[in-house]
Amino acid sequence: MADETARIEVILKRFPQIKRNALIPLLQAVQDEFGYISEEAISSIGAHLSLPTSKIYGLATFYNQFSFTPRGFYHVVLCNGTSCHMSGSGELLSELAKLLEIKDGETTRDGMFSLEVQSCIGACGQSPVMAVNGEYHSRISVKELREIIKQYREDAGR
Amino acid sequence: MQADKEILIKLAQQNPSELSPDELGQTALLRKIQIPRPLVMVNSSTSGIVAGSMRTWEAIEQYAAERSIDIDLAETGSIGLSSEDPVISVQLPGRTRIFFSRITAEKVPSLLDDLFHREVPDQHVIGQLYREGQEPWKDVPSLEDIPYFALQSRIVLESCGIIDPFSIEEYIAGGGYRAFLLTIRSYTFSEVCDLVSDSGLRGRSGGGFSTGEKWKAAFRTPSDQKFLVCNAEESDPGAFMDRTLMEGDPFRLLEGISIAAYAIGSNRAYIYIRSEYKNAIRRINNAIKILREMGLLGDNILDSGYNLQISLRKGPGAFVCGEETALIASLEGRRGIPSSKPPYPSTSGYLGRPTVVNNVETLSNLPGIIRNGPDWFKGIGTTECPGTKIFSISGRVKLTGLVEVPLGTSFDTIVNKIIGGVGKGRELKALHVGGPSGCMVPVELMDIPVTYETLKEKGLIMGSGGIFVMDDQSCVVNTVSYFMEYMNKQSCGKCIPCREGTRRMAEILRSITRKPADEEGHTTLEQFKGVMQLETLAEVMKDTSLCGLGQNAPNPVLSTLKYFRHEYEEHIFNRRCPSNSCTELRSWFIDVDLCTGCSICAKRCPAEAIIGTARHPYFIDQEKCIGCGICHEVCKFTAVYYK
Repeated sequence: MADETARIEVILKRFPQIKRNALIPLLQAVQDEFGYISEEAISSIGAHLSLPTSKIYGLATFYNQFSFTPRGFYHVVLCNGTSCHMSGSGELLSELAKLLEIKDGETTRDGMFSLEVQSCIGACGQSPVMAVNGEYHSRISVKELREIIKQYREDAGR
Repeated sequence: MQADKEILIKLAQQNPSELSPDELGQTALLRKIQIPRPLVMVNSSTSGIVAGSMRTWEAIEQYAAERSIDIDLAETGSIGLSSEDPVISVQLPGRTRIFFSRITAEKVPSLLDDLFHREVPDQHVIGQLYREGQEPWKDVPSLEDIPYFALQSRIVLESCGIIDPFSIEEYIAGGGYRAFLLTIRSYTFSEVCDLVSDSGLRGRSGGGFSTGEKWKAAFRTPSDQKFLVCNAEESDPGAFMDRTLMEGDPFRLLEGISIAAYAIGSNRAYIYIRSEYKNAIRRINNAIKILREMGLLGDNILDSGYNLQISLRKGPGAFVCGEETALIASLEGRRGIPSSKPPYPSTSGYLGRPTVVNNVETLSNLPGIIRNGPDWFKGIGTTECPGTKIFSISGRVKLTGLVEVPLGTSFDTIVNKIIGGVGKGRELKALHVGGPSGCMVPVELMDIPVTYETLKEKGLIMGSGGIFVMDDQSCVVNTVSYFMEYMNKQSCGKCIPCREGTRRMAEILRSITRKPADEEGHTTLEQFKGVMQLETLAEVMKDTSLCGLGQNAPNPVLSTLKYFRHEYEEHIFNRRCPSNSCTELRSWFIDVDLCTGCSICAKRCPAEAIIGTARHPYFIDQEKCIGCGICHEVCKFTAVYYK
């Protein structure tokens, strides 16, 4: 906990101007550092910018980038853009939900996987596309998806 | 860097026809036309990386190291053929550069082996790029001759995929920054506004508003501070032209921003970019850093007395932030909620100051307009809509990628001639143009020239230029339903017509793509009523929503009800999806020969629709079946199939 406070302090120091328009860059810095935005981070930012925490939470929940639960060891990003959707990303999503027992924006209880659905990764020629910790898997089928997840589980076991 | 800097600035100031032989030699070196060593360029844009270009890169490095061959390896952007990635290009000294498609890591050794033996492999060749003084390869088509490039007019995309996006030298040697230097040295603020206004350039993000007029409004408003904002929040799923431009040619965008900022008399410019665009962010940041070192950004640029700072702001992800007032709210650190216009941002925008919001493609057009003059620009495209437009094409097509054509080109040329149409044995059904709030263009309208006006006449819009191609296997209702659910999630919730309207529409559309849970309660009638209400609802949303998001959200529904009503009727009355893509409307059957009568499907069926006796084939009662497909999943003998 003390470590977290210190890391938040470091981020806050990078934004000396106490202005409203520093709020989003600040939240982004926290999100990049921790992978999520904790309650503690919100109250520290609130104190720094003299803003009520309700306003900050209201803003952060409005945007897609911010999450409030810690990310899993493997962060799975599934593209659900038009092209991916038509190539079957919907089926991939329900298969992922079944395999990992989580929904979009959630993390498994053991902290192994977290799932995020993005509206377009920008590789419509390779659809459907999934990224796990930045490693891309393109043109995947449901069967390949099962293999990929199995592989990650095995890798983590080692 | 210091010595280079002076040479580069000198190059940027000169007319290409007045260069001395010495300087010509220098530009040829900088533009990588004359090279001392073999050059390999790898497309490291997002679509390249997804396809595995970083592994290709490592394989090339390894190849060169193992054989101790001295090569130059450089990154480049996408030439636009995103389905053909990883694209790499190889140039040997004195020869033309050849582009290859789908070069994954394992294909690297054999490809390079062949090339270093002066042989061109039969497969994976896209074409060769002719440049002055280079010896062409035999039996390799020129890029200009293959249909994908031949019918395009690449003006904004001219250097994408050819130059190194990290190298200012290459950009300037190719004619870059001449327009900006010309602007700050020879024109006053209002002259630049007039010039762009005269060229007829219109905003490329969808509205088609005259860029010059927008600038003039901001220029005329007196204020202590003005802002220019580059809208790079490209959140339409399926649109990737701005991303490709930023990844492939970031200096062009920054030059465009500098020109636009100068024209409105602003010293502060922001690039509001999607935070997911990590690759583009890296390149823009690098470009800004180089420009500052060169003195092309910052205070007193090249002793002209003009100051300009450009900073990058990452948008935290909301579709609605593509709308200019919402974007400004987000920049100010508030929720991205649109406000009603007027006042327009050009009179009162960011922090209450005059602000011009221009899209990436619009700004990337500026260097060309200043360099070649408004008359050159007016010569391209149509009289009302001069210039080119980039379309990003995806879906059921042979090639996925970007196409830049003069405005006024028909959809038929874009999709059938340039991209090569739909896959083998398939039939083109429709084009969905303009992202989630765009509209469906039927095959009958493929021949109309694409301009803002002609599309408007037919009740269609261009949007940002994403084209999603649908063949006979894609379902119109399912696609529209997907878009409506997307819009519903993205609605900011400020005004009721949009927030509630998109939700109700999504519900109605979802109910059409599903089988009714039971036969009681006149479900069909309810669904039919739903369709009748869709039209009324759409009208209300169009008339009363606050911003473009809500006003345009019903577009897909309205255009499909107009041109594809029969598909809706087929779904409602016959409970059948003509293209078999609505999974929940599928009818399931059990193959009598394969079924062993294990009864597992009957036990798991939630509707108790499967009947039979153990150890004999089972049957599905179509009246009771809800089409969930669980029987198909649990069957160990693959006896369950759908029609």
